[in-house]
Amino acid sequence: MTKKQIEISVQDISAIEKPSHRARLVKAPEHFISQELIADINANGLNENRRGFLRKGFMTALGGATAGLAAPLAMAAGEGDPAILEKQEWQTTLGKNVATMPYGIPSIYEANLIRRESPGLTRVSAASVAFTPLQGLFGTITPNGLHFERHHQGWYNLNPETHRLMINGLVKNPRVFTMNDLMRLPSVSRTHFIECGANTGLEWGNVAVPTVQYTHGMLSCCEFTGVPLKVLLEECGADLKKGKFMLAEGGDGSGMTRTINLESCLNDTIVAWGMNGEMLRPENGFPLRLVVPGVQGVSWVKWLRRLEVGDMPWNSKDEAVHYIELMPNGDHRQYASIQECKSVITTPSGGQQLLDKGFYNVSGMAWSGRGKVKRVDVSFDGGNNWRTARLETPVLTKSITRFNIDWVWDGSPAIMQSRAMDDTGYIQPSIKTLRNVRGTRSIYHNNAIQSWKLDSNGEVSNVQVG
Amino acid sequence: MFKLDKFSVRLSIAVLFACNVQLIYAQSSSAKYPGIGRAATPAEVAAWDIDVRPDFKGLPKGSGSVAKGQDIWEAKCASCHGTFGESNEIFTPIAGGTTADDIKTGRVASLKDTKQPQRTTLMKVPTVSTLWDYIYRAMPWNAPRSLTPDDTYALVAFILSLGEIVPDNYVLSDKNIADVKMPNRNGMTTKHGFWSVTGKPDINGNACMNNCVPFVQIGSTLPDFARNAHENIEEQNRLYGPYRGANTTKPPIKQLPGSAGVGLAHAADTHSSAAKGPAALFKNENCSACHAPNAKLVGPSISDVAKKYEGQSGSLDKLMAKVKVGGAGVWGSIPMPAQAQLSDEDRKTLVVWMLSGGK
Repeated sequence: MTKKQIEISVQDISAIEKPSHRARLVKAPEHFISQELIADINANGLNENRRGFLRKGFMTALGGATAGLAAPLAMAAGEGDPAILEKQEWQTTLGKNVATMPYGIPSIYEANLIRRESPGLTRVSAASVAFTPLQGLFGTITPNGLHFERHHQGWYNLNPETHRLMINGLVKNPRVFTMNDLMRLPSVSRTHFIECGANTGLEWGNVAVPTVQYTHGMLSCCEFTGVPLKVLLEECGADLKKGKFMLAEGGDGSGMTRTINLESCLNDTIVAWGMNGEMLRPENGFPLRLVVPGVQGVSWVKWLRRLEVGDMPWNSKDEAVHYIELMPNGDHRQYASIQECKSVITTPSGGQQLLDKGFYNVSGMAWSGRGKVKRVDVSFDGGNNWRTARLETPVLTKSITRFNIDWVWDGSPAIMQSRAMDDTGYIQPSIKTLRNVRGTRSIYHNNAIQSWKLDSNGEVSNVQVG
Repeated sequence: MFKLDKFSVRLSIAVLFACNVQLIYAQSSSAKYPGIGRAATPAEVAAWDIDVRPDFKGLPKGSGSVAKGQDIWEAKCASCHGTFGESNEIFTPIAGGTTADDIKTGRVASLKDTKQPQRTTLMKVPTVSTLWDYIYRAMPWNAPRSLTPDDTYALVAFILSLGEIVPDNYVLSDKNIADVKMPNRNGMTTKHGFWSVTGKPDINGNACMNNCVPFVQIGSTLPDFARNAHENIEEQNRLYGPYRGANTTKPPIKQLPGSAGVGLAHAADTHSSAAKGPAALFKNENCSACHAPNAKLVGPSISDVAKKYEGQSGSLDKLMAKVKVGGAGVWGSIPMPAQAQLSDEDRKTLVVWMLSGGK
């Protein structure tokens, strides 16, 4: 009775990169199916009429007709929903074995919620963006496979055994650490959002993209695990009086470099390897990245290989040519790094289609690079009147906070907005307020209130008001 | 004699130094976390610490002419950036948009012009060190770290010549790079509140709760022609639950779909899987829960079935029927469930495959 090996269903993993070593299952001693269970399934589970009905149900759905799939609102006595009255395939047959998918992936019904590129945004996919499908997420944590991607010269699977972190510059002892070294140090685990400085950047001039995935999807939030930067810098004897700045350098082809403002960031920056309980994903910097809470994503250098303490900023390419904000007078704001307080309603949001009038739990995300979200207000009339939403706990600093608000839709057109405030007293501004000061060509740091218009046909679209 | 002495002194210093170096780099100089990390050697720091700051700290010695830069450019750079750094095909343009007057003032005047279609690298970059650092560290796009310092001086010289910042006969070197006057050298400002977490914001919103905007005006919407520019939004949302995606391959629907979602795509659509051969059917239809290729599980192995029916006439029809309605007794008392969900075609595919021993 030995079962040598079960391969992962090809269909189940076709959407992901195949691992080079297929997982193999060795039969455990207790791995058997009881005869009783089989007899029960055989006796009760295989009414042919019922199976026939189920099959027909799926066939009808494939044909585009939908009667019978969703429960009618009211049922006469003696009638009922076939989904209840008829046994389903999964009640009446044997399910799949444990570890059929040794690394689990979402249900096949979730296949639409994936990272996507915005067509025409960039011309080279190795220096591009894949956006997180915020319209389908719950709570505050971004699943690792849906964390947004932004690379400057492509991504790699770096070999963790040859990965090194060097610390040099204004330090007494320039040092080299292996992953073996780093992962022995005292670590912390903290939940923080990461947002690209250019998130919502397409919308400075006007409405440009249809859904929250493309307007706000360069945003993710994870629990990161790593060693506090301060521990490493002190270990190397950094001169933090003279050395107010630090260069973080990546091991990728772009040798990604960003200056970190140590006066502002020293106390909460993490040199991280963990992400939501597992190692960083290669697209997110495996095996090591910098986590700079509250600061735009470009500074969270991936594939981190070097930290250099210095007495002036470096003016690297991504601080002197890109990630600079053009103001109306022709000046560029340089080193604008903090992601200010912002929020967005994720359901319902642009491109979505509501089914019917009635009750909805309107839900969204709020965050601030300067601290904690203090309050979120929601408007359904384009900003004329506001109600305060519920903040789901825990409300963490420089992290995403989920907000929810009850709403009964009467079927008439509505314009939905959310407006967040943080514990510094800052209030998320309107796009008009932003444009009045910064013009329309800034690209970066657009934290304007987002408006979604709901039409009477149930379709939601991206609009700007004012 | 004197020379020999001097040599031996040098030698012994070198030996001493080498021992010393070995000693230093072998031990951990850590106080707080013993046994973790080690000192970086000068060679290691030199290999990785290649950054060049605006004050030219880190800049290696070397030089390169505009003419040499043009040769390298045409061989390694022009395919992406265009012969004159003007290309907008793959990356944004490198050169263009700057004037002789900008070089004098250090501010690029065209940045004030809202009609300016593109912002080129030379319009933005305030420091020549940025060009040198980035080209040396990351270019060419598909072969980073393949240029020598002299190549890099030459390429920077060529780019500067495209912006008429240096003349065509210029030779750029570590000696004269500080003299280069970038057109936008005075165009950056750090007078803002976004560099530090305690910085002061430039604007603030308004916490008004009631009658805040009596007349709400929509200023911008997605143009109709862009409705499907990000492909079908229906397929970018769940096909079940309260928040579906609009089918953007079609005009907006006329009325609410209702709670049953009439007219919308449904989750079951994604469940349709085309058969992918008998082995896939065997797994997907869950035959593999009870049958294995060579080992007896709940039911007989594929190879045992094949062996039993080998050469028997009518075995195909017999097993086809057995799979459809189920049965017990042939291989023991545990019955095989009926597999009525299988189409005749799939059933035949599976039985033929089983009889072949799963080949």
